Amino acid sequence: MTDAIEVDHLVKRYGGLSAVAGIDFTVRAGTVFAFLGPNGAGKTTTTEILEGLRNRTEGNVRVLGLDPWTEAAALHRRIGVIPQDFRFFEKITPREAIEYYGSLFGTHPDPAGLLERVQLADKASSRFDTLSGGQKQKTGLALALTNDPEVCFLDEPTTGLDPTARRAIWAVIRSLKAEGRTVFLTTHYLEEAELLADQVAIIHHGRIIAAGTPTEIIATHGRPERLRFDAGPGLADYLRSRLPLSVRAADGRVEVELHEKTDALRALSAVEASGLPWQNFATVQDTLEDVFVRLVGQMDDGTLKSEGAA
Amino acid sequence: MRPARIVADLKVVTRSYLRNPVALFFSLIFPIILIALFGLIFSGSGTSPVTLQVVDLDHGSPEAGVSESFLSALNNTSAVKVVVVNQTEENFAAWLGQNDDPVGLVIPAGFGANYTAHRPTTVLVYTDPEDAADSGVVLGAVQGVANYYNLHAANGTEIVTLSQANVGSQVFTYIDYLIPGLIGFSILTSPMFSMVDVAASYRKEGIFRQLSLTPLTRAEWLTSHFVWYMAITFVTAGIMIGAGLVLFGARVNVTLGLVPFLIVGPLFFVSLGMLAGSVAKTPESAALIGNIITFPMMFLSGTFFPVSDFPAGLQSFAHILPLYYVIDGMNQVMLFSNTMRALTDLLIVLVGAVVVFLLAIRFFTWRDE
Repeated sequence: MTDAIEVDHLVKRYGGLSAVAGIDFTVRAGTVFAFLGPNGAGKTTTTEILEGLRNRTEGNVRVLGLDPWTEAAALHRRIGVIPQDFRFFEKITPREAIEYYGSLFGTHPDPAGLLERVQLADKASSRFDTLSGGQKQKTGLALALTNDPEVCFLDEPTTGLDPTARRAIWAVIRSLKAEGRTVFLTTHYLEEAELLADQVAIIHHGRIIAAGTPTEIIATHGRPERLRFDAGPGLADYLRSRLPLSVRAADGRVEVELHEKTDALRALSAVEASGLPWQNFATVQDTLEDVFVRLVGQMDDGTLKSEGAA
Repeated sequence: MRPARIVADLKVVTRSYLRNPVALFFSLIFPIILIALFGLIFSGSGTSPVTLQVVDLDHGSPEAGVSESFLSALNNTSAVKVVVVNQTEENFAAWLGQNDDPVGLVIPAGFGANYTAHRPTTVLVYTDPEDAADSGVVLGAVQGVANYYNLHAANGTEIVTLSQANVGSQVFTYIDYLIPGLIGFSILTSPMFSMVDVAASYRKEGIFRQLSLTPLTRAEWLTSHFVWYMAITFVTAGIMIGAGLVLFGARVNVTLGLVPFLIVGPLFFVSLGMLAGSVAKTPESAALIGNIITFPMMFLSGTFFPVSDFPAGLQSFAHILPLYYVIDGMNQVMLFSNTMRALTDLLIVLVGAVVVFLLAIRFFTWRDE
């Protein structure tokens, strides 16, 4: 499988400040890649460099084999971009916008079909300034598809949208992948990445701190699976004395870390044997969000400590 | 440059504009308001004769024919319009003071008899200190007619006679100067104000960024805007010329010679507006830069008043303003039929427009380093 995007030691400095401090990753063609990170981590800068909207300071970047900065015109014919907070000419309707893009690209898009696809057919003739946030974003998505792009860049496509609109956009992203297009997605919503992405990279302070499939990242950086009971600290003390597993108690809950699935049986029989009151049990796994929060949190703590030491 | 992309962009510009009632009002109704306003305020002065109120105290005397022919000679100068009023000599000054045209003449009793007998006689002219121009016209006319009568009384012969001609072939009124001036005004203001705003706000809203991801080039984008403002200019020029001809009886030449100015002028100011909007960092500073460029030109390029009426210092300042050459060129075409000077003006504007267009393309960037 070929790589649609190759990033090799990418650095972007603004004055003395490094927004992106040497990152590497590749995105295989036909996959969905989610690029995550807190605000100001370097997400948008990286995305704009890949889209050819911003030059880089150092490193090598190839999108579809092209240098995005020097070969921007050729690249732009083959990619589709929806920026964050998509804005367009206020008095123009989605249908007219698609026709306009079609003329600019010299393609012959089917406005009705495209609008149907992004679930905006009923607003085909409404002026852009009368559309809701979600409808504007859908217009952007439809425009990004007018040139039949090989790679789609979606920069926080669902930020600020209601759950229905978000699901509509997710469905489009899935269909893009099904058609063999590559999707480069940035998002704040970790569940979105977990649901849609084949590969994830987390960027923080301009560096990639975790990369892989969502499962790999959780396995590498997450805590083990736990068995959780609603019970008091007395039960936790009892379990600690009986089990070789680590036990934590907080907020009326007790959690037993499981090294193997069968540990759950041992924990459960110990609980039953204790004769102490308990209710409701469940196994809990770290989500990508838990991992993200912890990784970012740890790094910021580390940064603060080292700054404090210096 | 691909015509298809320019046409596509032009379609969007046109629709955006036509769906914006305020913009439409300003470009179509505003020119009519301007020309009506300035036409009404200023077209009164100029060539229409000054009304002269006359009390003829010699009326009814045996030699009344002299005063009658004197007054009709005054009327024939076409500088004044004689209106004989029935007032006493004592009340005349007070009456004039309340009149709209407070310029008067008193022919004394015995005027005809004295003239026939070659005895000195004095006519009294009341002038209006608040209207030096009208007063001067009346004094000159009365003096001229009186001299003529004196010459005849002395059986003299006119040695120097006068025949009148204006510079150019016809007599121009204020409205004739106003039409090219106001066309120039709209060539300047409508692209300048909106291009400065468009340049700054499209960048802020990310619309340029959006367009940079398409094959549309900056030159194509700027060209489509130029074509749009050129169309606006043709419409407003048409409205102004029509209103001037119909409402104010303007006598301007409407020839094809005007067309190059209606093309090159918008090219210059669309590009200049884009340049000003591009060098500014924020919409606010863009508006400020736009105003600094626009306002001096708006008043000092011969828009509302001919530059030749300005003090010498201001005249030389006007000569560095690009709009001066647009308006002067249109004056040459529409009023003076001076083709050579019109061509020189056109050349200056054309060279300027090409330079500013290229500078605008150079400084106006879709994307950041």
